[in-house]
Amino acid sequence: MSMYLPAEFIVQVDYSRCRSCRRCVAECGFGTLSYQNDRVIADHKKCAACQRCVSTCPEGAITVIHNPLAYKKNYHWTPEHIKNLHKQAATGGKLLTGGGNDKVYKSYFDHMVLDACQVTNPSIDPLREPMELRTYLGSKPDSLSFTCLENGEYKLETEMSPQVRLEVPIVFAAMSFGAISLNAHKALAMAAKECGILYNTGEGGLHKELYAYGDRTIVQVASGRFGVNHEYLNQGAVVEIKCGQGAKPGIGGHLPGEKVNQEVSQTRMIPVGSDAISPAPHHDIYSIEDLSQLIYAIKEATNYEKPVCVKIAAVHNVAAIASGIARAGADIIFLDGFRGGTGAAPTIIRDNLGIPIELALAAVDERLRREGIRNKVSIIAAGGIRSSGDMAKAIALGADAVAIGTAALIAMGCRLCQKCYTGNCSWGIATQRPELTRRLNPEKAAECLTNMIRGWSLELKEILGSLGVNAVESLRGSRERLRGVGLSDTELDILGIKPAGR
Amino acid sequence: MIGTFPRIPSGCAISGMMSRRARHMTGEAVIKSIALMHDRSNGLGGGFAAYGIYPDFKDHYAFHILYNSKQNRIDTENYLKDKFVIDRCEPIPTRNVEAVTDPPIIWRYFLKIEEKNLYHNNQLIDERDYVVNVVMHINNKIDGAFVMSSGKNMGAFKGVGYPEDIGRFFCLDEYEAYIWTAHGRFPTNTPGWWGGAHPFCLLDWSVVHNGEISSYGINKRYLEMFGYKCELQTDTEVVAYLVDLLHRKQGIPLDLTCKALASPFWKDIDKMKPEQREVFTVLRQVYGSALLNGPFSFIIANSGAMIGLNDRIKLRPMTVGVKDDMVYMASEESAIREICPDLDEVWAAKAGEPIIVELEEGVKV
Repeated sequence: MSMYLPAEFIVQVDYSRCRSCRRCVAECGFGTLSYQNDRVIADHKKCAACQRCVSTCPEGAITVIHNPLAYKKNYHWTPEHIKNLHKQAATGGKLLTGGGNDKVYKSYFDHMVLDACQVTNPSIDPLREPMELRTYLGSKPDSLSFTCLENGEYKLETEMSPQVRLEVPIVFAAMSFGAISLNAHKALAMAAKECGILYNTGEGGLHKELYAYGDRTIVQVASGRFGVNHEYLNQGAVVEIKCGQGAKPGIGGHLPGEKVNQEVSQTRMIPVGSDAISPAPHHDIYSIEDLSQLIYAIKEATNYEKPVCVKIAAVHNVAAIASGIARAGADIIFLDGFRGGTGAAPTIIRDNLGIPIELALAAVDERLRREGIRNKVSIIAAGGIRSSGDMAKAIALGADAVAIGTAALIAMGCRLCQKCYTGNCSWGIATQRPELTRRLNPEKAAECLTNMIRGWSLELKEILGSLGVNAVESLRGSRERLRGVGLSDTELDILGIKPAGR
Repeated sequence: MIGTFPRIPSGCAISGMMSRRARHMTGEAVIKSIALMHDRSNGLGGGFAAYGIYPDFKDHYAFHILYNSKQNRIDTENYLKDKFVIDRCEPIPTRNVEAVTDPPIIWRYFLKIEEKNLYHNNQLIDERDYVVNVVMHINNKIDGAFVMSSGKNMGAFKGVGYPEDIGRFFCLDEYEAYIWTAHGRFPTNTPGWWGGAHPFCLLDWSVVHNGEISSYGINKRYLEMFGYKCELQTDTEVVAYLVDLLHRKQGIPLDLTCKALASPFWKDIDKMKPEQREVFTVLRQVYGSALLNGPFSFIIANSGAMIGLNDRIKLRPMTVGVKDDMVYMASEESAIREICPDLDEVWAAKAGEPIIVELEEGVKV
């Protein structure tokens, strides 16, 4: 039946403008375009709408449109359901997808608004006054003790847990080498260094070329333990235990053997061409006490010099789980909401499991405060953060920092065609094909990322200025500065905010 | 009902004076000083804190309480009897002042704690924590009752009206204190609530505040983690509680407490010597949620000190004047000159730099 599937997109070539340069044929990673009988021909069914041909055609001769007459209109049996059923009828397999959940669930970010100062308290102009975004991730004690020296100065007596400094409360989310190209990783690492933030290796190990960026690296320990050894753990600034991912809670990972080339093989410490399978749970974590053991094993291995982060997907019981993680000894909790991206996940999982980050974050922050242990951990929130506005709202709900994956990919050129799992990324990001990966210039991509972070930090400073505060810690957890628009009493209660107008 | 008003942003006038030798002065001077800044308030709140006013009861906790009704008073007194030995209780003397209308019932109590009450499950609890819990309970759980102040040998006098009228209403010319602070309020809303006026007090801390705490939301949530309940919905109360938490409970020195509330900028911390850099970096890391942000000038006082503090970029005025053993702080220099024209020294307080005035060494109150 699959052969009868209509194309999702139609590639229209304006032959009056096409000069038959055939650049589009070379640019398409999906093999959609070919040159036959002196003209460019499109195999529409292969088109992923990644916009590479559209963007690179020197004549501007290509347009990609939705196939307008795909199916008879039906609000219940959407074209996607029909298409998926046909695909499964033909293959009998799980359907895969990439990117984040794209379904029409309510976005709580879009139902919250921030406050601003008027008259009674002055707003602050970030162009004239200092505006501080510096953030430290790590476990903090409830109190400090000092001794007074003879000269009247003070000496700190409290022994602090390791803290990692961010110049902007942003980190790049975990994306493994394997899922994305080495050039993409280099770009993230360079941008993280330039911006004074962190990037994350994901579960694919750390390529030797990136050791130079170690102090800006979160090294991840995932269930597959790819590339994990003593040297790796000690390269990073933070070690992250990945227990879950927002896009696929409860699901492991699978990097197809096709993507495991020589470089990936060496970095992951697996044979070339072999599938890299991350089991759903860590095989040494079947309970919270197991997690605690791993946290302390890592702390031992890194001499208690690095904060240990635990990443979990936002699920129904996330607040209690986070509380357990804080008590298990984690320094940072990474919460990944259901809009978070993925290189590959079963569509049915991505689209139906997990909860929005806004609700998860609000529930976790409140729970930890009620238990009096909020200081013990920093919270990183992720999963669909699209702009500095979303970032500011997440911080106001209680996040110490946000993580951005999809936004970073888009800054590097991604058009969100969601075909990462095919390894055909025409933009050279989510692929290992050398003819594609070389399209991504790491320096250029790093510049784009740096620009984006700079833009967000300028915007965050403007937001803080409007709020009349000059340090990000005065926004963090300050839900008084948020209001809900179009939310039910229960939703407002969970978010811990008032409705607009009150 | 007390305690259910929305938060009220306000502009204001503040004035404070302290004798470092603990010489007692009547309230006339401080009334004169705050009255000069009449135009900075709008008649919706005025108040005073006075230290050293109850020498005959100086070891008692002096509770000043506002009640909406007689029944509220009976309920509260039943609770107080359960918690304390009440050695004396009486209405606070007032005189009729035309401009002060519809006052609540205002009483004061001189209280001692029986030692057996300080044991909870055989654990000795700190006497002051005990008092804090009682204050939190009355303010949040008992309808129509509000504790204006709860310290030893001190008290707060406040209400709805211009501060000079409130001062006369409470007969402050008849009290003698070595520290006086005063507040005239200009709320941008119109609740006729006596409890909402300044100073805000807890134990012997008092705070008068000009400005608005834009970081109130997180300061409140931070304090709640340590058992403080900020349900009075006025941003000033967080200042009193933060000072209580950091300085009294956690033992952070007073000047460092001020540096946590109005911390130096990172750019300045980065320039410090390594040891000091560590102190201030960690102070911000740990007490970031206690940072007070937004425009403010405060005068915070306790039995031994008066502290002036401005926000980090000085969005509110404050002037300091010194004459012999007297130190004055006020929103305007004129308010100081009004009562002490011939100052030895006068200067504008710097952004984020606390001015801590303590009793001279050896001075006994």
